[in-house]
Amino acid sequence: MNLHAIGVVYRKELTEWLRDRRTLISTVLVPLLAFPILISGMISLSTILIGSAKKEVPKIMIIHGEDSPAVVDALKADKDVEVVPYADNWKDQISDKQIRAAVEIPEGFQSSLDKGTPQTIQIHYYEGELKSQFGAEHVEKSLKAYRDDLVKKRLEAKNLPDSLIAPFDTKQHNVAPPEKVGGASIGSMIGYMVIILSMTGAIYPAIDLTAGEKERGTMETILSSPVSRLDLVLGKFLLVFSASLTTAILSVTSMGLSFAYMGHALSNSANTSAAGIHMDLGLTSVVAVFLMALPLSVLFSAVLMTVALFAKTYKEAQSYLTPMTFIVVIPAIASVLPGVELTPKLALIPILNTSLVCKEIITGTYHWNSIAVIFASTCVYAAIAIFVAVKTFQRESVLFRS
Amino acid sequence: MIDARGLSKRFQDKKRGEIRAVDNVSFQCRPGKIYGLLGANGAGKTTTLRMLATILEPTDGTATICGYDVIEHPEKVRANVGFLSTATALYRRLTAQEFVEYFGRLNGLDEATLKKRVDEIFNRLDMNGFRDRRCDKLSTGMMQKTSIARTLVHDPPVMIFDEPTTGLDVMTARTIIGFIADCRDRGKTVIFSTHIMSEVERLCDHIGIIHGGKLLEEGTLSELRAKHNEHNLEEIIVKVVGPLANAEA
Repeated sequence: MNLHAIGVVYRKELTEWLRDRRTLISTVLVPLLAFPILISGMISLSTILIGSAKKEVPKIMIIHGEDSPAVVDALKADKDVEVVPYADNWKDQISDKQIRAAVEIPEGFQSSLDKGTPQTIQIHYYEGELKSQFGAEHVEKSLKAYRDDLVKKRLEAKNLPDSLIAPFDTKQHNVAPPEKVGGASIGSMIGYMVIILSMTGAIYPAIDLTAGEKERGTMETILSSPVSRLDLVLGKFLLVFSASLTTAILSVTSMGLSFAYMGHALSNSANTSAAGIHMDLGLTSVVAVFLMALPLSVLFSAVLMTVALFAKTYKEAQSYLTPMTFIVVIPAIASVLPGVELTPKLALIPILNTSLVCKEIITGTYHWNSIAVIFASTCVYAAIAIFVAVKTFQRESVLFRS
Repeated sequence: MIDARGLSKRFQDKKRGEIRAVDNVSFQCRPGKIYGLLGANGAGKTTTLRMLATILEPTDGTATICGYDVIEHPEKVRANVGFLSTATALYRRLTAQEFVEYFGRLNGLDEATLKKRVDEIFNRLDMNGFRDRRCDKLSTGMMQKTSIARTLVHDPPVMIFDEPTTGLDVMTARTIIGFIADCRDRGKTVIFSTHIMSEVERLCDHIGIIHGGKLLEEGTLSELRAKHNEHNLEEIIVKVVGPLANAEA
């Protein structure tokens, strides 16, 4: 191995890479701009939609209730809802968004209340329709207020204290640090994103430096120089690896900054709870995720180069590598799925192990033993992949496939 | 000095089985001389030259270039060879100067020597007008000059040209032919393959006729003319290759 030759090859590949407009778009611009646009767009849109849905005074309909005027009057008196006259097609009206909910008061509701017999009021709404859900919530809130007022009056009539029906209170207290709470919210996504972006960042240069060279006729030029195949493949590999890391770093930095900015913006607005996302991540955790992703990035770079080398043209290489994206997405997405936990066996499955350990690192529930096993095993897989890439580069049947 | 001894190359083809692209080919090329390898398409010229340039490894036999064996010391062989063919393209996102410098560095030249060599070659080939222009913006003639500069940057004693003028216009082809003659005049060992008989008659000191992977005939142009009692080189080739080609058909 000649480090000088590897450096010369790497420097030349880097120069060409940086001059390629497609590279700048796919490796730098897309990861830098995609997340701010995507995240701010999504949050802004959801904030606007939720805000407008909450501002609306929902139209509701009361079914029956003729014999229970008190509860009907209580609903009509609530300024947060608008009661419209009854119509037989109330279900259709909910579906058609003409009304948001319908309240069905059972017959004899008032007399049952007076006798102390429990009764159930049904609130009909359209699941999945945001404004209908908010309408149902308004109605439920209004009815609860009516119920609480009724209980209070009954207790007062019998000279009993309010505490009779609520002898004690419960309150939840979170002991997890804020950044870990954030990790629980989006930690699983970080690992997934790092894995996917490490791969997507490597795809274009892996094709360009192998099948692309064959197609452009520069493979024979470089093979006629004194550089050894080992040095040549290592120089090329380093460039693909650099591209993979650059894309992942830029994407996650962009994603982190977008989350931080939107978190800050939302905390200063009235709609903080609307988004319901905790957006602070520990810097140490993010760095640790990157360290775990390093050997995986090496593995991706070497495998992608090896596969792309079999192709004669850029297009052919793309058709080989596209299915590989699905092979990577399936184990990578495991960390996002609920209930998938890291076990000793899963710790040996490439991609899946990194995906799961990244989630554990972000949420602060990791074990050093698992980290060591996963890092070591991924390093072994990466080394095997580099070895295969070097051997493939020495095969004439692959380099001069016709 | 090139010394090929029983060079052979076999390929496996899924449909046709084993293919003997080059079969037991032996010849010698001496410094200050041009050896012309003639033959039809698929005769084995490119495979032979690729083996000499160590781009392909011989299945049997071997060759030495400047005393280095192509199998045992491929990197040392390549350091002593300048290889040019129509398939050796340029890196389009590098400038002409960066392209030549890249190959100079791969050949182990230090920066001072490299600068001197690049300046010298760019002056000699009249390339200073486009030295900072990217290769994808060069004309065909400029590209050929840049390729020539690439083969010369490490001043190799052996030059291998594989159909270097195929598909080129007359003016660009003349540049290449002039360059090949210049290499001979500078004492380099030159081997080149071509289809164009006028180039052979003008340049070659020694001729080898190859067909079906076998070297069928070898000698100087006057020796071949005398042996076949024929002045026209094309007719000589037909006489040598014809019986075999007819048998194959």
